[in-house]
Amino acid sequence: MSESSLGTPFAARARGALKDVYLQEALGIATTKFIGLRRESFEDFPQGDALRDRARAIKEATLQQLDRHLERLADNIERLGGHVHWAATGAEARDIILRLCRDKGVRMAVKSKSMATEEIELNEALEHAGVKPVETDLGEYIIQLAHEKPSHIIAPAIHKTKGQVADLFSKELGGHFEADPEVLTKVARVELRQKFLEADLGITGANFAVAETGTVVLVTNEGNGRMVTSLPRIHVAVMGMEKVIPSMTDLMVFLAILARSATGQKLSSYTTLVRGPRQPGEMEGPEEFHLILMDNGRTRQIAGTLREALYCLRCGACLNVCPVYRQIGGHAYGHTYPGPIGILLTAMLKGDASVKELAHASSLCGACKDVCPVRIDIPRMLVELRERLDTEKIAPWTERLLFGMARQMMMRPSWFRLGASVARLAQKPFARNGRLRALPLFFGKWTATRDLPAVAEKTFSERWRELGRP
Amino acid sequence: MITCLGDMFFPEVGVAMVRLLRRLGVDVAFPPGQTCCGMPLFNSGYHADARAVAERTVRLFAGAEHVVVPSGSCAWMVKAEYPGLLSDHSVLHAEARALATRTYELSQFLVDVLKVSEVGSTFSGTLTYHDSCHLLRGLGESRAPRTLLRSLEHGALVELPGSDECCGFGGSFSVRLPEVSTAILDKKLASVEATGADCLVACDAGCLMQMGGGLSRRRSRVRALHLAQVLAPDGPA
Repeated sequence: MSESSLGTPFAARARGALKDVYLQEALGIATTKFIGLRRESFEDFPQGDALRDRARAIKEATLQQLDRHLERLADNIERLGGHVHWAATGAEARDIILRLCRDKGVRMAVKSKSMATEEIELNEALEHAGVKPVETDLGEYIIQLAHEKPSHIIAPAIHKTKGQVADLFSKELGGHFEADPEVLTKVARVELRQKFLEADLGITGANFAVAETGTVVLVTNEGNGRMVTSLPRIHVAVMGMEKVIPSMTDLMVFLAILARSATGQKLSSYTTLVRGPRQPGEMEGPEEFHLILMDNGRTRQIAGTLREALYCLRCGACLNVCPVYRQIGGHAYGHTYPGPIGILLTAMLKGDASVKELAHASSLCGACKDVCPVRIDIPRMLVELRERLDTEKIAPWTERLLFGMARQMMMRPSWFRLGASVARLAQKPFARNGRLRALPLFFGKWTATRDLPAVAEKTFSERWRELGRP
Repeated sequence: MITCLGDMFFPEVGVAMVRLLRRLGVDVAFPPGQTCCGMPLFNSGYHADARAVAERTVRLFAGAEHVVVPSGSCAWMVKAEYPGLLSDHSVLHAEARALATRTYELSQFLVDVLKVSEVGSTFSGTLTYHDSCHLLRGLGESRAPRTLLRSLEHGALVELPGSDECCGFGGSFSVRLPEVSTAILDKKLASVEATGADCLVACDAGCLMQMGGGLSRRRSRVRALHLAQVLAPDGPA
């Protein structure tokens, strides 16, 4: 996300999103649909819960020996004739790709959907280097035309209505297209067909990489992933290091729950397994295959406070159910990864201080933890993140003072009673029928939209004395 | 256990709970000096402060056979967070764990401990029920409150679409991001009003403050009530 949008505090961006009628319409429809589809798919899948536990256990165990699994993966890919690059940072990952483009004379690159390449802002870097990146996932294609960023991990253009997409296509591609998803998809398909054939380079992410076989796995619904990995002469996959899994058996476990969590499908339409470059005797596939294993803040969390966030499969289920995400959408978060898991991933990539506001963009309702295919305890990690912000004094001093006072009241019943008495006096001018409708200062944040009950004439503690014995 | 919001804003809920428990033959005591379970401190990250409050509360309830709280989130705090907060202190940790197993949210206490599935009360009108996040996803309870509500004579329980979705309260979230909190609330209240119910029932003071505050602001005819108030309407304690 560009720095300019980060110039506005999160609360202001959130308010802007609430007023965006298109966003509200598009987001409401799409998240509700995703929630229903996910629920139904797990209702018909009694073994789902056990598989989720198993998937979590695989992630836990794999991270314990991440180096070993990564080396095995790298060995197997190299044995197949592929190249493996280790990138400590996003900048390194970017440089590896740019160097490759330069060395191989790449002019155009087709891409399938990849959050890892969003994370390193690869498109901007390619454009700057004179390489034209073309997004081929329909959602990504839409937002690339609109010069925007994805607002959802699996549905990048979730914030747009079909009417907006029709207008965008009409303006950018020339013509007049109706707001019919089928028509618009056909338009994009025609536009993209030629690009697949022209491109020198195909860039993908990786949903998984299987160490024992050297297989990079792509889970897609549009078939564009296949074109990107087979038509251009070079294929580069960019992958966060935590995505490695030990075996094909493990892959089956993840595939059984990933699409169900994401879109409610049993399997996505396409599961593409890539093993190195084209082998002798094979009909298709790239001449060169490169895998970039990117750290970018990940491995230091293996023993860190954000460890569980490394289990994330990027299914987006936690976004769909998050009451905050459902109201404000992904852009308001202001970083590559939105939603509840996005707050944690942002902290992982950019440090705790980068999410000092976002750490509180959750009511801790727990819906995210409930739907997470690998049961990441997002609410707990958010609370722990808040604790670090407090103890490291990143939280504002006014807030720390306020909570310090609250503690004093909670520790001393006499202060607590005094507080109630003071509130009773102070509320007098504002109370009507036991309700406070407009309070000044800080309290106005509540009463701007909601009534507040007045502090009772007698608290329960005071009434208890009158309750006597039955 | 009557915690901060219940004590100051909703004393009638506590009174109704006492009345109900006594009617069911429970000997009710109220250890003096109660304040707050400490969840506001804990959720905002002030864990050292929350630990002090937890320690205080554990000591306060040392003698109770069962501790009943009319708020799912406070029950969750005691049951799920106190033991962890006090884990560095072996004696307190043991006491916290014991308190955790003895503590019940009201509807769970009625149904699971007292084995009550109907309380013989009357309610004329239609009710709908909101699942509070900590009771539903924290304590895993969706059944007990509904069982009790269905038992009301003359009352009819209609399901609230999206009853498991957050009301937007979230403690300090409600004032840190008031507009987002209100947007979530508005959606919830639109669903509530669409049910045609006369009364919205919940088992958490926080949700009731949020949803009740919203209903009253929009001058809705729907009343927000705590389960205890519905089960034990006014009468002798």
